Amino acid sequence: MVERIIIYGLISGGVYALLAVGFSLIFGVARIINLAHTAFYMLAAYLIFTFANSLGLPLALSVVLSIVAVIIIGIFSYRLLIDPVRGHETTILIVTIALAIIIQEAILRAYGGGFLSVPSIISGYVRIWGTKVLYQQILTFGAVLVILLCVWALLMRTRLGIAIRATAQDREVSNLMGINVARTGMIAMAISVALAAIAGALVAPLQVLGPHMWTHPLVMVLAVVVLGGLGSIKGSLIGAFMLGFSETLVVFLAPSGAYLKTAVALAVMLIVIMIRPQGLFGVSFEEER
Amino acid sequence: MSILTANIKRVYKQFREEIFVLPSRTIVLLFCLALFLLPLIMTEPYYLRILIMASIFAIFAASWDLLSGFTGQVNFGHALFFGVAAYTAALLNANVGLPPWLTIPLGALAAVLAGLIVGVPCLRLRGTYLALATLAFPLILTGVVFAIPNITGGELGVSGIQRLSESRVIEYYIAVTIMVVLGFVMWKISVSKTGILFHAIREDEVTARASGINTTRYKLLAFCLSGFFAGIAGGLYAHFMRQAGPSTLELQLSFQVIIWVIFGGIATIYGPIAGAFILVLLMEFLTVAPGIRMLLFAAMVMLILLFMPEGLTTWVRNKTEKICPRCKLRNIATRKVCRVCRAELD
Repeated sequence: MVERIIIYGLISGGVYALLAVGFSLIFGVARIINLAHTAFYMLAAYLIFTFANSLGLPLALSVVLSIVAVIIIGIFSYRLLIDPVRGHETTILIVTIALAIIIQEAILRAYGGGFLSVPSIISGYVRIWGTKVLYQQILTFGAVLVILLCVWALLMRTRLGIAIRATAQDREVSNLMGINVARTGMIAMAISVALAAIAGALVAPLQVLGPHMWTHPLVMVLAVVVLGGLGSIKGSLIGAFMLGFSETLVVFLAPSGAYLKTAVALAVMLIVIMIRPQGLFGVSFEEER
Repeated sequence: MSILTANIKRVYKQFREEIFVLPSRTIVLLFCLALFLLPLIMTEPYYLRILIMASIFAIFAASWDLLSGFTGQVNFGHALFFGVAAYTAALLNANVGLPPWLTIPLGALAAVLAGLIVGVPCLRLRGTYLALATLAFPLILTGVVFAIPNITGGELGVSGIQRLSESRVIEYYIAVTIMVVLGFVMWKISVSKTGILFHAIREDEVTARASGINTTRYKLLAFCLSGFFAGIAGGLYAHFMRQAGPSTLELQLSFQVIIWVIFGGIATIYGPIAGAFILVLLMEFLTVAPGIRMLLFAAMVMLILLFMPEGLTTWVRNKTEKICPRCKLRNIATRKVCRVCRAELD
């Protein structure tokens, strides 16, 4: 029991972390609450299904192809749909919800409402302390760790990362310092969508795919970034694992836990932000200009 | 006879001076007239049903606007108020047997209570944090609803509720009258002193507080008022659908209301009503293409917002009317001088 809770908690926490870091990134740089974020995650999973099952390409290739395709779609939707309304904070919400609904409906049209599944990248399992752990689960968790490290290195160690963080801190001043703010925003969007797509690719073999699979992660990601503090990558990481574990604990320990898992995770988030209104590691933003 | 003509003349003069001078007011008057006169020429239950739904959702959308558009407390979980009221009304009607004219106000009061429960802890939160925290409440309640199915009916919800009236036409008149009256009340609130304070809180809370306004009290007031109106919509919905299920608490409903308001024009009250009517009717009209209905709906909303980012009614109003630079009064766009102060309009 304990081992299973740890395994499932680590995996769901890891996936939430990938999603939440991407979500925070684009929120930080461009102040966009991208409600279509997890729709990209779903899109990646479905594209893998298309490439691998329908076109018969090898699995690894279809994973790469689908991630690239989702990044391209993400950049286009940013340029054509989100960027033009960037000044109107609430309009962004609607445009991104509409985008998510369009993706959902397109998937519903193309694949129907039924559940689909994707084969594992590597099959088989190993026993750790007597508990069955799928290789796919180990791969997922390992990949999450590697990618999070890469993102951290990118943000902290490269010029691009400095530009992204500077833009997140103060758009106007970074513009004055010669940073191409518009381009930085686009790159941040590309990274953010890429993280969502990778999360989708990693989760696809562990879950069944359905056209509504984006709503639950969206709620969790919103909760995670609020819990961790908006725009804080470290906060998103810790928040993701906190909520991932509390969800798993409820599912395994409480009666009718599957119904209550979201409720309990959200209650945890509420309690944290009642005590710390800016989230765990959030900096309270100065009044935006 | 001469008294009658004199009266008619007086009323006509008032109409000409107060309503026909502005296209927006004329449109509102025509819209209300059309709603009330419609059953005289058409009593098809299917169409009346759509218009009843549109009226209920229009109240709901306007109540979101009061809280989020005017006061700036963006609420992502507005379905909470709707669902709490719908469940309260349904349970009171099905278990206690209270009539609709009692259960709907009681449901609204329960929603006010929910507004307080959400509002008090959320007072410390601001902007995006507030929006995302409010998202949690209806989802938590949904979890609870599913966890205690013997009271709430679980996935099926509470059913077997009394209808508003046995006749569809009377139901239609009840819903439309309540919508028009509450829409007017909300609009009055929004242009009253309280409404101006709501605006002030949205624009700059610190300055509002520095000017001696108890912003905490006004924010709670906004939560309660909004909860009350949304609650009436929820109660009406429960009695009209004769059922209150978990769909009244869904994320989709919370998002839907934001779509209606922003599409119609935020912080206007009439905008959300227009948005709800246009989009509910559009959605029904799109049933001609059932497979791609949602796809077309989302694409249309998106395209319109790309061209009119401030919403439909605001866009129309800015095209047909202009504000006098001296006395800030609205004038029809064709006028050269202001209708009151005779200042040049540009």
